[in-house]
Amino acid sequence: MVDAAEKTTGAGKYTDDLSVPGMLVGKILHSPYPHARIRRIDTSRAEQLERVVAIVVGKDAPNPYGILPVGHDEHALALDKVRYVGDNVACVVAASEPIAEKALELIDVDYEVLPAYFDPEESLKATTYLIHDNKPNNLEKDYHHIFGDPDRGFAEADHVAEARFIANEVTHAAMEPHSTLAAFEIDPHTGKPGRLTVWSSTQVPYYLQHKLSLVLEMPMAQIRVIKPLVGGGFGGKSEVIPIEIIAAVAARKAQAPVKITYTREEVFWAHRGRPRTIIDLKTGVKNDGRITAVKARVVQDGGAYCSYGVVTILYSGALLGALYDIPNIQYDGYRVLTNKPACGAMRGHGTVNVRFAFESQLDELAAKIGMDPAEVRRRNLLKPPCVTVNGLRVQSYGLPECIEKTIDRSGWNERKGKLPKGRGIGIACSHYVSGAANSIIRSDMPHSTVNIKIDRDGGVVVYTGASEIGQGSDTMTAQIAAEVLGCSLSRVRVIAADTDLTPIDIGSYSSRVTFMAGNATLRAANEVKKLIAAAAAKKMNCQPDDLVFREDVVVSRNGHVGTAAIGRPAEQSSAATVSGRVEGQILRGSLQQKREDEGPKDHLSFEEAVIAAIDFHGALTGTGSYAPPPEARGGKHKGAGVGPSPAYSYSAQVAEVSVDEETGEVTVHKVWAAHDCGRALNPVSVEGQIIGSVWMGMGQALTEEMVWKDGMLMNPGLLEYRSPSSVESPEVEPIIVESIDPEGPFGAKECSEGSLAATIPAIANAIYDAVGIRLHESPFTPERVLAALRAKKNAKALNLTEGVDPMSPTRFREHGGSLWFKGKGPERHPLDPARTIGISED
Amino acid sequence: MRKELIELRVNGRAHEVAIEPSALLLDVLRQQLQLTGSKRGCDDSSCGACTILVDGVAMMSCTLLAASCEGQEITTIEGVSEHGSLAAIQKAYGDWGGAQCGYCTPGFIMAVKSLLAENPDPSESDIRNALSSNLCRCTGYNQMYEAIRSAIAAERSAAAKSE
Repeated sequence: MVDAAEKTTGAGKYTDDLSVPGMLVGKILHSPYPHARIRRIDTSRAEQLERVVAIVVGKDAPNPYGILPVGHDEHALALDKVRYVGDNVACVVAASEPIAEKALELIDVDYEVLPAYFDPEESLKATTYLIHDNKPNNLEKDYHHIFGDPDRGFAEADHVAEARFIANEVTHAAMEPHSTLAAFEIDPHTGKPGRLTVWSSTQVPYYLQHKLSLVLEMPMAQIRVIKPLVGGGFGGKSEVIPIEIIAAVAARKAQAPVKITYTREEVFWAHRGRPRTIIDLKTGVKNDGRITAVKARVVQDGGAYCSYGVVTILYSGALLGALYDIPNIQYDGYRVLTNKPACGAMRGHGTVNVRFAFESQLDELAAKIGMDPAEVRRRNLLKPPCVTVNGLRVQSYGLPECIEKTIDRSGWNERKGKLPKGRGIGIACSHYVSGAANSIIRSDMPHSTVNIKIDRDGGVVVYTGASEIGQGSDTMTAQIAAEVLGCSLSRVRVIAADTDLTPIDIGSYSSRVTFMAGNATLRAANEVKKLIAAAAAKKMNCQPDDLVFREDVVVSRNGHVGTAAIGRPAEQSSAATVSGRVEGQILRGSLQQKREDEGPKDHLSFEEAVIAAIDFHGALTGTGSYAPPPEARGGKHKGAGVGPSPAYSYSAQVAEVSVDEETGEVTVHKVWAAHDCGRALNPVSVEGQIIGSVWMGMGQALTEEMVWKDGMLMNPGLLEYRSPSSVESPEVEPIIVESIDPEGPFGAKECSEGSLAATIPAIANAIYDAVGIRLHESPFTPERVLAALRAKKNAKALNLTEGVDPMSPTRFREHGGSLWFKGKGPERHPLDPARTIGISED
Repeated sequence: MRKELIELRVNGRAHEVAIEPSALLLDVLRQQLQLTGSKRGCDDSSCGACTILVDGVAMMSCTLLAASCEGQEITTIEGVSEHGSLAAIQKAYGDWGGAQCGYCTPGFIMAVKSLLAENPDPSESDIRNALSSNLCRCTGYNQMYEAIRSAIAAERSAAAKSE
C-alpha cells in the first residue's frame, strides 16, 4: 500500500488531526424530540458566555440541500421543525470544547411536540402531522416494476414459497468520527472573506463542493474541498453530512476557522446506514430447480430525510436481476419516512437485505424439491454476455467458478448435512455493481478524470479526484500508472481528492473507483506513454510500437538489452542526430551522457526517455477520463437509472456455524468466500476487502442492530452496538476468482461490497443445516434463535422478557453528553418505568 | 478551572504542559503536544484507537487523566518507529493489509507491542484475546494476525542475524 507508512506511524493526518491558527471549535445542539415544531430559539444567555464567539441557527443558512437532486429536504440547521432525536438545532462556536458545551446548555429552545412516526407501516397511514408537508402518507417514493409475466411464471412453478423477512437497521460505525474544518481566506481584491477551504472526512469531495455552493450561495470555484486521510466510510461519508455544511456556515458567521468533530454518539445520530427493511418475498421454482418468477414487496424505514433513499429502494429491486437468470420479476418498493435519523447508503447499498431474503428462500425451495442448495444455484446461472429481463448488461460472469471453488474448498459435498447436530454449513451468492452507470446528477460528463504529469526528474505525478477511504484507491491508481509506464512504484506520487488540484471524480461510492478511476488512470498513462514512446523511438531509431516499458527501462523489442554501454555503431546515422536538447543547457553530467547518446541505443533508462520526450514535445502530461458506455446504462422504464453498471462482481460463500440449543447462541467458525473481481490488481488488498465485507455481513447477521425506542437510539456506543471484536470474528478464507472483464482496467471489477450480502443468508442457511430452523429476521440473536427453536418443537414461545421492556436498559452510561443522562430525553410512554422512577434509579 | 504545570515524559522526552486537572491524556497528547497519532474513535474506552503505553502497559488515553501520568513513561505510536525506520510490526501491518483506513492502526500496534513485550511467542488465542480490547471496522482482523505472525518471524530472524 502506498500509504502504509503514514498509517502505521501515526504521521498521517485525518481531519480531526488538523489545526490552523486561530481555529475555533463548534458544538451542535441536537433535538431531544423525535418530531416537534420550533417555536422560538433564544440564544442570548449563551452568547453572553465568555469566549463564545458565535451561535449559528437555521436562518443563517436557509437553503435546502440533499445528496439527490430529487431529495433537497435538509437544512444545515433546523428551520422550523425537528424530525428526529438528534436533529441539528443550533451550533455554538467557542474557543474550546468545554465552553461550547456549557453554552449549549444555555440555549433555550421552545418546542411544540408533534405526534411522531416510528414504524414504516404505521407511518404510511399518516394523514396529519406529516414529516415533510410535500410527502403525503409519509411516503418518500414508491416504485412498481413488472418485467416478463410474473403471474404466468408462478402458474408454471411446481413449488412456490412465500414469506416475510425483516432485516433490522444497521449503521457503518466507521472508526473515524465525522470531522470538518472550514476556513475562509480574505480576497485580495475586495478585502473581504472570499475563498472557502473545507477539510472534511468525506467520500465525495466534489458533491460536498456542490452542496456547499448551494447552501452558502457561493460559486463552486470559490470553494476548495480537501479530503485528508479518511478513517473508513462504508457509505456513511458518501453524502453531505450536516456537520460539513454547519462548519462552513459557522466559519462564515464566526469569521474564523471552525472545526467540528462528532462524538461517537453524534455519529450514530448522523447515521445514513442501512434501513430496517420488510421484505415480502414470493419465489416460484420448477422441479428441475429453475426459477420461474420472483415477486418482492419491499418497505424501507428511511428515517426523517430522503438522503439516498430513492436510490436505495431502486437498488433493492434492480439487483434482483443480474445474479441469476430470472425470467419474470415483479417489484413493489416503498421508501417511507419516519421520525428517526435518515438512512442512506451502506456497503452493498440496497441489495443486502433483499439478498438475505432471496437466498434464504431459495434454500427453502431447494429443500422442498429435494435438491442440493448449491445445485439449485447452478441451475439458474446467466449465460453472458446477456441483458437481463430488467435491462442490466452482464459481460463477465465468474459466479459458476465462485460456486465451484467455495464448494471445493469448504468440502461441501462431503460435509453438507453430515455434520454433528448443532453444527451446519450453508451456501449463498451475491453480486454488486462496479460503479453506477448513471451519476446522481444526470449528465454526460465523465465520471472520472485523471491527469498525469512527468517532469525531468523522472517523477510521475498522478492527479486524481478519487477518494482514498481505506479501500486502497491511491494504491490502485499508483499501480496502474506504474504498470503502464513500466516504472517502479516509488516513482509515482498520487495527489488525490483536492478540488483545486485534481480533476473531478464523483467519489468513492457504489464500488466505482477501480473500474472508473482505474480506467481513467489507464488512459492517462497510455497517453503519456505514447508521447514518451514517440520521442524514445526517434532516439532509438525504431518504431514506437516496438518499445517495451519495463522496470524503469524503455527497450526496443528488436534490440538487445545491455549492449548500449558498449556503444554499438550507428546503423542509420541520420536518425542519431535527432536530439531536441536545447543548447546551453548541457551540464557536465549530461555532456558525458550526450557523448554516450551519439549512436542510437537499444534501450533508454526511464529518466532518459522522459528527458527525450520533454525535449521533443515541450511538456509531458496526459489526461484520461471515463464515462460508462451508453449500452451499459440500462433500460427506459421509470427508475431504470439505478442498477445498471458497466460490470458486476460475483460472490459465493459457504459459512460454517454452530448453534447452542440451550442458549440460542450462534457461532460462526469459518467462512469460505469466493469473489469474482475481474482481475485482482492488488491481491492483498482484494483479500482484505473480501474478508472485511464478510466480517461486516457477519456483524449484521449476528449482533449489530440499531435498537430504537420512541425514536430514541438505545445503543449509541460501539460496545452497545456490538461491533464484533477479534474474539467473536471467524476465520475467513478469501478465494479470488478472476473473470477478466472486457471493459475493466486490466479486466478488474469491484471487490469491496459484493461479498457482504452473501454472508447473512449463508449464515442463515447454515443455521438451518445445524438445527433445522429458518430465521426470517436479522440479526440472529439468541432470543430469536430460541424462539424459533421452541416454535419448531411446537412449544409455547418463551417470553424471556415478559413484564420487562426489552428495549430499555436499566442503567445508561453517558456517551459524551447523552440526552438521557442529562434528563432531556423525550416524553416517556406512560408505562415506561423510567418515567416514574426517574433516570438516576434502576 | 485553574491550570497546573505538570511534566509528562512522552517517547523519551520530557514536556512541560499547563493543563486543567480534568484534562484527559488523549487531549493533551493530541492538542498540546501535537502527537495526533493516537486517535479518538469513541469517548468511553470502547474502541481502543487511543491506546498508548504507560510504563509499558497498554492503556486507553481517552479516559486517563493526564495529571495522573506525571512521572511515568508514556509511549505513543510516534515513539514506535526505530531510528527513523518502521519497526517490524509497522512494516508487517502495511505489507499484510493489517491497516486499511488506518484509523484504528496506531491503537492496535500499541496493543500488539504490549502483548509481545509480555509474551514474545503468543498463540492464536493469545493474539485474539489481546486484540479484543480494540475495534476495527475494515479488516475483519484476519490480516492483522498474519501481520503479527510475520512481525514476530521478522524480529526473530533479525535477532538471529545479529547474534
